[in-house]
Amino acid sequence: MKKIEAIIQPHKLEDVKEALKNIGADGMTISDVRGHGRQKGHKEVYRGHEYTVDFLPKVKLELVVPDNRLDDTVKTLTEAARTGKLGDGKVFISSIDEAIRIRNSDRGEGAL
Amino acid sequence: MKRLLLAVCLMALPAAGQTPPADAAAEKLAKLEAAVASAQSAGDNAWLLTSSALVLMMTGPGLALFYGGLVRKKNVLATMMQSFILMGIITVLWALVGYSLAFSEGNAYVGSFQYAFLNGVGLEPNADYAGTIPHQTYMVFQLMFAIITPALITGAFAERMKFSAMVLFMILWALLVYSPLAHMVWGKGGFLNAFLGGKIPCFDFAGGTVVHISSGVSALVCALYMGKRHGYAHEPMKPHSVVLSVIGACLLWVGWFGFNAGSAVGASGLATSAFVNTHFASAAAALGWSLGEWLKNGKPSVLGAISGCVAGLVAITPASGFVKPMPALLIGFLAGLACFLAVAVLKGKLGYDDSLDAFGVHGVGGTLGALMTGVFATNAINNALKDPSGQPLALGLADGNAGQILNQFWAVLITWALAVVGTLVILKVVDLAVGVRVSKEEEIEGLDLSQHGEEGYNLEG
Repeated sequence: MKKIEAIIQPHKLEDVKEALKNIGADGMTISDVRGHGRQKGHKEVYRGHEYTVDFLPKVKLELVVPDNRLDDTVKTLTEAARTGKLGDGKVFISSIDEAIRIRNSDRGEGAL
Repeated sequence: MKRLLLAVCLMALPAAGQTPPADAAAEKLAKLEAAVASAQSAGDNAWLLTSSALVLMMTGPGLALFYGGLVRKKNVLATMMQSFILMGIITVLWALVGYSLAFSEGNAYVGSFQYAFLNGVGLEPNADYAGTIPHQTYMVFQLMFAIITPALITGAFAERMKFSAMVLFMILWALLVYSPLAHMVWGKGGFLNAFLGGKIPCFDFAGGTVVHISSGVSALVCALYMGKRHGYAHEPMKPHSVVLSVIGACLLWVGWFGFNAGSAVGASGLATSAFVNTHFASAAAALGWSLGEWLKNGKPSVLGAISGCVAGLVAITPASGFVKPMPALLIGFLAGLACFLAVAVLKGKLGYDDSLDAFGVHGVGGTLGALMTGVFATNAINNALKDPSGQPLALGLADGNAGQILNQFWAVLITWALAVVGTLVILKVVDLAVGVRVSKEEEIEGLDLSQHGEEGYNLEG
């Protein structure tokens, strides 16, 4: 099993969700996060006080897939999330030791 | 219509020929006069009660929202509370002695205890102040001004003053600075009262000196005395919700019609004049600030536009019942620009931390407005001052009375002096009694939790 963590632009979430649904991805978890990579922040001015905002709003999407679905899922996700500009985000992949379904204690890939 | 009247008169002629008893005619006339007076009183009183409610709305929720949006999330409740609690404190104080010290006859600088506990302040009009409305209406209208004035100061020490210290400070400030100043400018026999026997006749229609310079300058003193917030200039201190501030500013704009047009103490043409001037100045000032910001920063901010509108309202306050509409536009526009420069340039250079710019808006805008009143005041708008032969007196430079600018200058100077000295002494006393600032830990935690044991936003339930 592999975990895919993708940090994406908030406005691409709907596209990514639809694309993953179309290839049969069963579930995912998202959270609102703030961060930056190479993309520069922006400047805000309040009554003469200038603030540089480095951490920009992003969406973090997490899903765990069986090994044989990894390439397909990552390809679909990256293509759906891409605008071609700085700030599109990153995808991180890691191995998962175990998965357990709380409802009936199913284990392994069968629990996904 | 005229023909009809003529016909009625002709028909009445034979009856008049019968010479009714003179006392019957006199009685009829007296009844008629009473009916006219009652009708005028009804109209004036309706407007003044409405205005009183509008002015209270400026403090809560107007100012509470305006200031509440400008602070960080952890201080939103404490900031709103500083405005709200004054609606309680000042009201009680006003009923006990505040009104008396401001408006009863005393010496040239402060009233007496004649109206203490509202003794003698009933439903009969007080001819010195407002001859057509109950004295209590005038009292409650003035109360709303006494509430918002100290509430304006809270912008300067937002996010760092102890609640107990604020309460003590405000009680002393209301008694030692506000009431005497209101007496000097508006009270009978007051030193600066142009209409009721002042030595230096100052024109302040609705509170440029009494409300705005006094609060703005006191705010500066507070900011300097208390020092900067922890982390000022290197930690972000962005307004947590400019949305709340926009709502607050719009309520202030509407409430200000009661503030200025209500100060005509009647539903008169003068009230219309003040209403129009108020609106014009506010609109022009929003444009003035926005223009300044657009030129300097490349973008006109929403916070800038609403700050400008408030600056214009401040500046037109003393002038609103004395000037024509075109000067009102000019006063507003200049106030928008001047307050923008004071807040965005001057404050940064001088380095004081007036958290919500109470001085930059009320001190600077109020001073500008008071001086401009001396320039543009004209008896074409306000003819209440007459010479012995009944001719209206020249008011400002616009009427050829250049000396009025000097009178206004003295009034500004006296107000600045009273605000600086009074506030400094009161701060020192409060500091010795309870300490003015919260601890560093409490400040970092936020005043909502440390002073009130609550949080403003529990959105996750």
